[in-house]
This record gives sequence, structure tokens and C-alpha cells, in this order.
Amino acid sequence: MNIEKKTMRDVFIERIYYRMFEDKTLFFLTADFGSPKLDKLRKDFGDRFINIGIAEQNLINVAIGMALEGFTIYAYAIAPFLIMRAYEQIRNNLSLLSHIHEVNVNLVGVGAGLSYDVSGPTHHSLEDISIIRTLPNISILSPSDWVLAERFADYSIENKKPKYIRFDGKPLPNIYDSKDVINLQQGFSELIEGEEICLVSTGYMTHTALKAADKLACDGVKTGIIDIFVIKPVHEDLFFQALSKYKHIVTIEEAFINKGGLDSLVMGILNERGVNIRLTNKGFKDSYVFDIGSREYLHKLNNIDEKGIVEDVKRLLKAYR
Amino acid sequence: MNRTDKNIQFLKEKALWVRRETLNIHRIAQETRLASSLSPVEILVVLFYGGIIRFDSKNPRWDGRDRFIISKGHGTISFYPILAELGYFDMEELSRVCKEGTFLGGIPDPIIPGYETVNGSLGHGLGVACGIALALKRQNKNEKVFVLLGDGELYEGSVWEAIMFAGEHKLDNIVLIIDNNKVCMLDYCKNILDMEPLDEKFKAFRWAVNIVDGHDIEQVYASLIELKEDNGGRPNILIANTIKGKGVPSLETDPLSHVKNIMPGDIDAIIDGLK
Repeated sequence: MNIEKKTMRDVFIERIYYRMFEDKTLFFLTADFGSPKLDKLRKDFGDRFINIGIAEQNLINVAIGMALEGFTIYAYAIAPFLIMRAYEQIRNNLSLLSHIHEVNVNLVGVGAGLSYDVSGPTHHSLEDISIIRTLPNISILSPSDWVLAERFADYSIENKKPKYIRFDGKPLPNIYDSKDVINLQQGFSELIEGEEICLVSTGYMTHTALKAADKLACDGVKTGIIDIFVIKPVHEDLFFQALSKYKHIVTIEEAFINKGGLDSLVMGILNERGVNIRLTNKGFKDSYVFDIGSREYLHKLNNIDEKGIVEDVKRLLKAYR
Repeated sequence: MNRTDKNIQFLKEKALWVRRETLNIHRIAQETRLASSLSPVEILVVLFYGGIIRFDSKNPRWDGRDRFIISKGHGTISFYPILAELGYFDMEELSRVCKEGTFLGGIPDPIIPGYETVNGSLGHGLGVACGIALALKRQNKNEKVFVLLGDGELYEGSVWEAIMFAGEHKLDNIVLIIDNNKVCMLDYCKNILDMEPLDEKFKAFRWAVNIVDGHDIEQVYASLIELKEDNGGRPNILIANTIKGKGVPSLETDPLSHVKNIMPGDIDAIIDGLK
């Protein structure tokens, strides 16, 4: 498999760019936020690119108005601003209204988790999954690499419902191969089948989980890895089937834990089925991250770096061996 | 009496009927916001009985309809009788407002045929209308987008994001009607944040400004006919000066009219006094 580092947003936008040639209903709206590939799109499709200005509330409202008239809309901005500044617009005009009328609005947010590490807590996005997950009718797509991001571009056109698509801000290597058959409807992929313990993660943290699993494998510990890329709606029965092979699940997310994010999703699925599977949630405690430093440094401080994961898994394993 | 005079007389009678029916709804549904619903009566009547808005009540999502975006949802209980009489739903529904099993709530929702968008929270309508207007233009469609906003709603920042956008994008297919009743929930607007001169603010954002007495059917009618045909490259605003609680003397003079209910036993006397 060819490994190449790319940003999810550039791959996604490039794919949308090509789809715009044939599909005249596609419009790309931004709150004055760019990307190298967007430069090409706005030059060649100037009539279907609109810079709304630094006005996220209006970005969402205009997007919805256009979608009500049948257009497929991309509303693009930095993730926390897109989701949090315009939260009521998203709730009322997207979540609530799409209960009644079909609207294909794709909220494309860049900067999931701690992507913008040194920019500080205003630019971190540790709440987005929780707060969008609580809204009915909106899907959450959370790719871990650019191969998935590209697949989501086509998916976003064909699946005519509101979506929040959260991209990492950094160039990341691919986990999947361009030729892979990936079941997007299923919403997750078991990347490694392990024994006893399984790490469940999304986005950037799947890269860290894979590194930790490699390290554990060197020490003779076979850890499972599940990458969940459709947080909502994930295929719950299939997801449960995958989880139920294990004795202990460790969720790892760049988010506040116990606040309705990935951990709550897994907890809910296990609880509902009343199984005896232990659960450990790794993420950020109930406190903003004001520390300045690289993403790896911030992960280390919060014990969700590769080393922290390896040590936790070894400690948890002692209960089963 | 010429044809126009007849129309005006017809519209005046309709306005009287709508005001009466709105009071009747309030009699059975005290949760409804009466004062806010009485100020835009003439505006709603002219739009829907004056031939301004194209609609098909049997097919509320008809592609050829003019879009009507109500942003001050709470203040349009007076739209319920209009929708019912025009055939959007059964007249009998009016006797069930806020009762179990109906779709006519205290704040209208888009499950009601004739309501296009969500309007329970203020400040959303104009932005959504901008998206609709832009989409219509890009499809070379000539339907208009009428928007009804309250003046107190202008305090919402999102409205000004949309005002800037509409001016910049020359959305001359928008007709924004301000129900300028000058009263918020707790006080007169001028005592909260004085927005005057309102017309100058819109002019500065490249809007064409029109001002009428919002209870004068002739003025509202003449203005909306003109604005409907205007494609002058600028979005149009019609500032309709109105009185909150119009027709109910105790509401007309009370800065707290927004939250004031009229007791069911007092309604008949008020209806008798309507002109």
C-alpha cells in the first residue's frame, strides 16, 4: 500500500471540484476560510463559490435557504466556529427543519480535536462530537485519513441529509488504501483483530492507537483496533458484534470524556445490550487545554499519547491474565 | 366605486375579520402572543388577499409560489385564520389551537402548511431568505421572497449579517417587511436600544427603503404592488409602522403588552368595539 501524507480537506475539496463539473447543483460556501485546493475551485467555479464573510450564523442560514431550493451545499469553516458560533442555526434550521424538509447541507469543519494545537483552547475542538450528536437528523462523519475523506465527498452528494464532516487540520498518512472496499454504511472498520482488549478511536487518535498496538504487538500483546468513522448513525448491531468479541474496550478520543462523545456512544451500545464488557474512556478531563506545545506534547500531558495508551493497556491486561 | 376601491374595501373587511378571529383564538389559547399578532394583520391580509403573493393552498410547496418567510413566528397567530380560510387546512382547526393533537401551537412551526421555515427563535428568517433568494436567482426564477420581521428582532446580530449579505449580492427579489410596532417584551424599543434612524441604516447597506403606515390598507397595498415588480438591483425593505396590540385599547398603550393576556370574558366586548 502506498503511504502518503495529505490533508483531508484538500482531498475532499478536490473530489468535490471534479463532481462540480457534472453536478451543477453543488455550491461551496465558506466563512472566509480557505485551503490550497479551494483556490482552484473558487477560480474555476466562481459562480458556485460564495465567501459569506466571517459570519458563521449567516453561512448556515444561507446554506439552508439554498438547500431548501434543491441545491447541495458545503458550508466550510474552522470546526469550533462553524459548530459553536452557529449552534442555534444548526439546531433550528438544520436539525429541526430537516425533520420536515429534505436538505443536503454539509457542514465541513476543519480542526478536529487538537489539530490547531498551539492556537489554544478557542481553536481546539473537544466538544463538537458531543454537541452535534445530541441533535436529531444530523450525521457525523469523522474520517481518520484522506482516503475516507475522499469517499465521504461522493457520499455527501448521494446521501441527501444534513451532515457534519469533521476533518483533521494536519496532513496525515493514509490508513486505508485507495483501492480498499470500505463499508461506509457500517460506519467503522476493525483494522486489527485482537484478543481481550480493543481500542476504539476516531480521527487522528486512530493513528495513535495503531502506533500503540504496534508497540504492544512487539511485547506480545495483541490489541484490537476499531476505527469508527461514522459516529452517527453507526450500524449499531454490527458495531456491537465487533465489540462483543472483547473483554475490555478502551475508547480514545481527543474530546472531553463522559460528555456525550465517542465514549458515550460505546457505553450506550454496551449498556443497552446488558453485556459484561469492561469499558475505559481515555480523553480530556473536564478542563480546557491552555498548555502550549505540539499535539504530541499535549497528548502526553493528558495521558492519551502512545506511551500512555500502551501502559494503560498493559495495566488493564493484568486483570485478565 | 371603482375596482381598486372595491379591493381596498374587501381588504379592510378581511382585516377586521382576521383581527376578530385572532381574538377568538386567544380566547381559547391564552398561551398565544396576542399583541404581537395584532400588529401585522393588515400586512398579512394584503399579502394573501391582495394578490401580492402567489400561492397554492392545496400544494403549499408548489414550485411557482412566492416564498413567505416568517421570522417573528410568535407574532403571527393572526396568520392561522388566513391559512385556514384560504384552504391550507380546515377551518375547524382554529378551535383547537394549543389543544392536544393539533398542529397549531402557541408558536407556529413548519409542520403547519404555509409556514416555510422554523421561526420560534428570532433572527433566523432573513438569512434563510437570502439563501432562498440567491438560489432562485441562480435558477433564473422570478418568484419573490417576502420576509416578515419584528423591529425588536433587529437586535439579533445574525439579522445584520444577512442585511449586509443581501445588499452585497443585490438580492432584489427580497421584500423585507418590518412590523415596526416599537415594543419589545419588557419596554418600548427606544428605551432598550434605539434603532432610529432605521431607514438610514438600511440605506447604508445598499437597500431600497420604503415606509408606510402598516395599518393603512391603501398604503400597504400600493407599496407592496410596487415592490413586487421592483427589480432595481437592491433588496427592498418596507418599514411598516404599526401599533402593537392594534384594536385592543388596553394593549395599544401598554409597553408590557407582549406578555399581557386578555381574559376570555373580555373578548366579546373588544370584538364589538373593533373598527
